[in-house]
Amino acid sequence: MSVAEIEKTDPKSSRLDLIDCDIHPAVMASPAALYPYMSTRWRNEFESIGPRVAQPFLRQVPYPRLTPGNGMRGDAWPAGGGAPGSDLGLLQQQLLDTFDISHGILVPLTPSTLNQGLCAAICSAVNEWQIDRWTSHEPRLKASLCVTPDDPEAAVEEIRKHAGNRKFVQILVTPRTIEPIGRKRYRPLFEAAVEYGLPVALHSDIGGKHANSGAGWFSYYWEDHVAYTFSMQTMITSLIMEGVIDRLPDLKIVAIEGGFAWVPSLGWRLDKHWQRMRSEVPHVTLPPTEYMRQNFWYTTQPIEEPETPKHLQDTIRWIGADRLLFSSDYPHWDFDDPRYAFKTKLSRADEAAIFAGNARRLYRLDQ
Amino acid sequence: MSAVDQTEVAQRLPSGIERGAIDCDIHPALSSTKELRPFLDEHWQEMLAVRNIDGLDLTSFPPKADLFSRPDWRPKQGKPGSEIGAVKADVLDHFDLKFAIANCLYGAQAAYNEYIGEVLCRAINDWLSKEWLDKDKRLRASIVVSLANPEAAAEEIERVAADRRFVQVLVLAMGEALLGRKQFWPIYRVAERLNLPIGIHAGSTYRHAHSQAGFHSHLVEDYVVQSQGFTAQVLSLIAEGVFAKFPGLRVVLIESGVTWMPALMWRATKNWRGARIEIPWVRQAPAAIMREHFRLTLQPFDAPPDPADFERLMEHFGTDEMFLFSTDYPHWHFDGDDVLPAGMPASLVRKILVDNPLKTYPRLVEAS
Amino acid sequence: MERHVIAKTSEIPPGTRKLVEVKGRQIVLINTDGEYFALLNRCPHQGGSLFHGDLIGLTESTEPGCYKYSRRGEMLRCAWHGWEFDIRTGQSWCDRRTRVRTYRTAVEDGAALEKGPYVAERFNVTVEDEYVLIEV
Repeated sequence: MSVAEIEKTDPKSSRLDLIDCDIHPAVMASPAALYPYMSTRWRNEFESIGPRVAQPFLRQVPYPRLTPGNGMRGDAWPAGGGAPGSDLGLLQQQLLDTFDISHGILVPLTPSTLNQGLCAAICSAVNEWQIDRWTSHEPRLKASLCVTPDDPEAAVEEIRKHAGNRKFVQILVTPRTIEPIGRKRYRPLFEAAVEYGLPVALHSDIGGKHANSGAGWFSYYWEDHVAYTFSMQTMITSLIMEGVIDRLPDLKIVAIEGGFAWVPSLGWRLDKHWQRMRSEVPHVTLPPTEYMRQNFWYTTQPIEEPETPKHLQDTIRWIGADRLLFSSDYPHWDFDDPRYAFKTKLSRADEAAIFAGNARRLYRLDQ
Repeated sequence: MSAVDQTEVAQRLPSGIERGAIDCDIHPALSSTKELRPFLDEHWQEMLAVRNIDGLDLTSFPPKADLFSRPDWRPKQGKPGSEIGAVKADVLDHFDLKFAIANCLYGAQAAYNEYIGEVLCRAINDWLSKEWLDKDKRLRASIVVSLANPEAAAEEIERVAADRRFVQVLVLAMGEALLGRKQFWPIYRVAERLNLPIGIHAGSTYRHAHSQAGFHSHLVEDYVVQSQGFTAQVLSLIAEGVFAKFPGLRVVLIESGVTWMPALMWRATKNWRGARIEIPWVRQAPAAIMREHFRLTLQPFDAPPDPADFERLMEHFGTDEMFLFSTDYPHWHFDGDDVLPAGMPASLVRKILVDNPLKTYPRLVEAS
Repeated sequence: MERHVIAKTSEIPPGTRKLVEVKGRQIVLINTDGEYFALLNRCPHQGGSLFHGDLIGLTESTEPGCYKYSRRGEMLRCAWHGWEFDIRTGQSWCDRRTRVRTYRTAVEDGAALEKGPYVAERFNVTVEDEYVLIEV
């Protein structure tokens, strides 16, 4: 859309069906909201000791953001107080109503807590809180089943607890696990996902247990933000090359908040080297791009913006429009407005698929 | 311009129609540190023998792995690339090259002991000069340095660069600290002054887990993840203001895969518009900085399945000046003479094989 | 072009801003040290709100680690992706081809306004007060 067009468009102008696959209710910005769902022990430990994540600062993200609230949209602060994403009313008005969204998927960001017990307690609390404070009050919202990343046993327990509740449309875990997530240790998680017919979503993470690059630590947020794509690429590579998809062909994986322009070249690279190195990974029976086309989906935000906007059409063609899921990332600063995020014209069919159709099918929203 | 058909292109190289191609990445192999004895003093000769300091082939590049050892380039004995006769026949003569740039991947630069690193790198540079450059006028080489002591590395660069057959400084993609950091600036200072590009080559010193989620199980995954290493280095060199400080510096990304870069250009530039206040010395769009300061060697080329998309990719890059011909000998990225990616138009061949390399490596022009 | 009375000067002390609506447009009115600037409240990038963004100075640099600060309060950052807009020209600092629409402002006292012409959508203009006008 051109500048002139943006200036003319009315927010409520007619829109196709729209599903937002990445909405962030405030978790770590308002941890007190979780306390009613935590035992005294874990509440006290969290308050006194902190979230126990592998980064030096107790109350600041490793790379200071560029807007207040640790990288929130400046206009998403509720008038009545509280952090962006903490007020359902504002979220309804500013996001769901403004864009006439038919379904929005909550993706709460939980810390990768090193204390496994505390981690499980936080995940459990977040799951109950989503139902109690969000989806029960707003039928358009769906929930993500948060699980502990490096404790698959605890993760499976949590999945079994909630899997019958159709409000949970996916399992959610960090891609910055302590080992690449295709490795054996995580198998129970993926087996449970397939058993219960739930996709596994991995949302880019601001911290983990290893350096943010194989060449050391970045100095700046600008660098770190681009490197969110790394853990996405790693989890795709690992899930394919460890044979997880071969073993579980019905497994569905969603990469959330990685953008997608890097997907085609990763696929070509995986195919090329798989071809040559097949003797090392005989359990991978198909070219990697076959799995990427069948088993993986990618949310669109933060959408990449080529200098020549129509180049994005090549990217979409290479990935397959059926793989993409529109997401806004409300209320973060790098929010994508559904009206203006795509600066190139999509076909009606692709638009319908990306903005709602693919999500409807993947998450079985009509069933 | 329509894409030239592959047979027509393939014929060009051996028959010499495009005589004068410059191969920007071949790998002479050191068989053992014993070969370095003549270039070491008495003390180090003894240390190497008594402590068995040998076998420093990189874990990233096992010489016998299929990926790094094309069958018809494997000698009957020894490592591929270890024998100059074979290198002459397989690459220099076969592709009728004007020059080939030798990048030695022996892992001296990954040594934890800074003195072992320094001494062995120095010996490798001397070995390259005597056993390779002296034996074929077409050969050129990169200066290998350890990054453990950047001031010492800068001195080594100065020393070796007196021999003008050395055309580049070689480092690995995954070291101990990101290459943009100030601690490495002595190296860029001398490289800029001497007009030598920095060549960042795929490979790891294993100081950090390769991925944000740890080490992968398989070599093939490790090789794939190198593209993240290259991305990280491009980000770091730009973010830390290396090109603001050393505007004449050029960086060559060697054995990177190539096609990952446009996505980085787009994302890095978009983010910069909002993040500029964090790195205000980045005064141009990052994509523009990439086009000006970075070059990429051709092989391996992570190609789209449809040859018609080669030209689309060139459009995504926004320039055809970045690409430097290479075979990556003896690594196995193509069969026969299919070294040029499918769909590469005839109009680009001379540029990639000759013009871009000459512009990138000014010392090659002196000799032409 | 019409002149619209949009605010009393007393409503916008130096260092503050106000969001007004004129002819169906949302406009950010900023008072920087006694000078008034008006910009359309719609970032040309993805339509984000400028009114909710930070008003900061300009940070320039020619050398890593050196920060040259000037023009306090004259760079308005979009509340979403943080693009910096020069409030004097409406230009994006990083992408000079991109501008957010700006409007000429003027300050008139009530007595002068009696002569007209102007449009006052919300105001009963009184002689005693001073007003900010923009041309739309």
